[in-house]
Amino acid sequence: MGADFVQFSLTPILIGILAAIACALPGNFLILRRQALIGDAISHVVLPGIVVAFLVTGTVAAIPMLLGAGAAALVAVVLIEAIRRLGGIEPGAAMGVVFTALFAGGVLLLEQSDTSRVHLDVEHALMGNLETLIWLRAEGWGSLLDPVALASLPPELPRMAVVAALIAVLTLIFWRPLKLSTFDEGFARAIGLPVSLIGLALVITATVAAVAAFDAVGSIIVIAMFICPPAAARLLTNSLAAQVWWSVALAMLSAILGYVLAGYGPLWLGFSNSVSAAGMIATVSGVILGLACVVGPYRRRVGVAVGA
Amino acid sequence: MPDFLAALLLQAGYNATLVTIGAGLLGFAAGAAGTFLFLRKRALVSDAVAHATLPGVAIAFLVMVALGGNGQSLVGLLLGSALSAFAGLWLVEWIARTTRLAEDAAIGAVLSVFFGFGVVLLTVIQTLDRGRQAGLEDFLLGSTAGMLLQDAQTIAFGGALTVALIWVLRRPMTLVAFDAGHAAAMGIDTRRVDLAMMGLVMAVTVIGLKLVGLILIVAMLIIPAVTARFWTNRVERVLWTAGVIGGVSGYVGAALSASAPDLPTGPIIVLIAAGVFALSLLFAPARGVLASALAHRRFQARVHRRQGLLALVRAEPIHDPLTLRILRAEGLIRRDGVATDKGRALAAKIARDERRWDVARAVHQDTALTGRYDGLTPIEDVFTADQIADFDARLGGPQPVGG
Repeated sequence: MGADFVQFSLTPILIGILAAIACALPGNFLILRRQALIGDAISHVVLPGIVVAFLVTGTVAAIPMLLGAGAAALVAVVLIEAIRRLGGIEPGAAMGVVFTALFAGGVLLLEQSDTSRVHLDVEHALMGNLETLIWLRAEGWGSLLDPVALASLPPELPRMAVVAALIAVLTLIFWRPLKLSTFDEGFARAIGLPVSLIGLALVITATVAAVAAFDAVGSIIVIAMFICPPAAARLLTNSLAAQVWWSVALAMLSAILGYVLAGYGPLWLGFSNSVSAAGMIATVSGVILGLACVVGPYRRRVGVAVGA
Repeated sequence: MPDFLAALLLQAGYNATLVTIGAGLLGFAAGAAGTFLFLRKRALVSDAVAHATLPGVAIAFLVMVALGGNGQSLVGLLLGSALSAFAGLWLVEWIARTTRLAEDAAIGAVLSVFFGFGVVLLTVIQTLDRGRQAGLEDFLLGSTAGMLLQDAQTIAFGGALTVALIWVLRRPMTLVAFDAGHAAAMGIDTRRVDLAMMGLVMAVTVIGLKLVGLILIVAMLIIPAVTARFWTNRVERVLWTAGVIGGVSGYVGAALSASAPDLPTGPIIVLIAAGVFALSLLFAPARGVLASALAHRRFQARVHRRQGLLALVRAEPIHDPLTLRILRAEGLIRRDGVATDKGRALAAKIARDERRWDVARAVHQDTALTGRYDGLTPIEDVFTADQIADFDARLGGPQPVGG
């Protein structure tokens, strides 16, 4: 736990934790609203967004990428809604049509354009590059207090921190309307809450989380963190507040454990190379969900405990 | 372009020909199998199945290498992918059945976790000496470049087999897809039919892995079925239309991809299918947006025409601009709003039909007939001439309206 850890593992772990929390928070509500696969759809359409942004600006700078990804996600949400309403198609199928078509368009654009100079490919979009977000200037724990070293932190860290904080604050501020419109839409509408606006705002928040997290950690973690920690938390408690806290805790646990297992696990087993951190974080979150499915106290559909 | 024509006409070499035919067959099978999935409202289950193939491919590769092979056997890799796809499917069903999580959460969880685990295994494989040339990444987005003859044969044969299976199973699956309760009442084991359906979906996924890739194969299952739904309301026609759309997309897409560099097969096939979808959404005659808009306009015109005529009957002034426009266009009123002879005659007819309906409701107990009164259905379409004559006898002669 010395200088090496601060240099090579601290920032990826922190970014992983923040990304996991940013996705898990809206994921709680998406799961309860049976919109869990929105995260899946969004993280697919991010690809055409960044490719178009690259083609327009010619750089892989963060801001145009994020704007492009966000715009693509919004286009996808609008298209899904349009197909659902205009064609009378069930939401799942409408989603399947839109995100696969946009993703295919993104891949084709990527293959057709010259991206050999820049680091932009499908695998990067899927798997992220968590391992490369290291803090080279750090010399030990003391660097956390050194402004010069802090200035060279990977920019993904402050960006992800801002997004995670923003989403946490939004969740707190809109807790009551979110809760009401999620559990009893009719009642929420009757007391005058703008129910469809809340739904749209939730999707947009999820999009922001997905786009910011995708940049740092890739699509796999985004989808896994939208669903696995909140789903596991749902099987552990009957209270929404407790569920959200549990989901944050499980998301952090997945990120830390996944990163450590990916980075050091193979070494313990005698291999020399580490494995994909993003993949391992998703795997760990799946194992946690699996455990919750088998032993979670509130895993059953019926049989709610008395007084709960 | 000549290259494309050559590929389209199957003149671009034996391998490319087999791949193109295989893609056509696979597209047909995917469209048809996807129709059952879509009608059962379980389209996105295929997404979980497709992503769940990745760890199977990787494990199959590792096992084959461990047994001394080079791990390149497509049949072996596909077998592994089928096993892990089945595990993923079983987990989705198990989670949705035994826990209180909804199916969409189960789908998303299985999809991301299996895929994540597959990526972990891929990075393990990359560290092996043999793994560097394994080309397992091709399974993500599909690739026909450098496809071996044996692989092309596997895909063509698998596609043909799946189409044959769909032909054999089409009746029970259509019944269950259309109305599962009715099918169960007729003695069909819906659970087994659902299993067969998922088996077909798995077969399509596994065969399509090398060609379309696991991320986009789900599009081959969903897009043709949704597209076909715009063209017809009959289940068996949706089935075959989806098959044809999928088949044509697969065939043309594979030919296009074979004819030019930098055109990856999977995305091309999916984009062609998506193009057909977009056109169908807008212009399909049965349920397309344009057709719906036109039907709405026609209905609106009929309602306004009738309201206008009823106003003439009661000699009430008409203010609604659309009603005025319609009545004028048909020459039922003059420019100053006074009814023409034709208008008065039609209004009298409508007023008379209203009274006939009153009598019909009083005389007939058959609500299946009298219930068809909606103001727009002509009474002649519901009752026979004799019956209407009977109503008229009770009513007395025609009465003039509108002065």
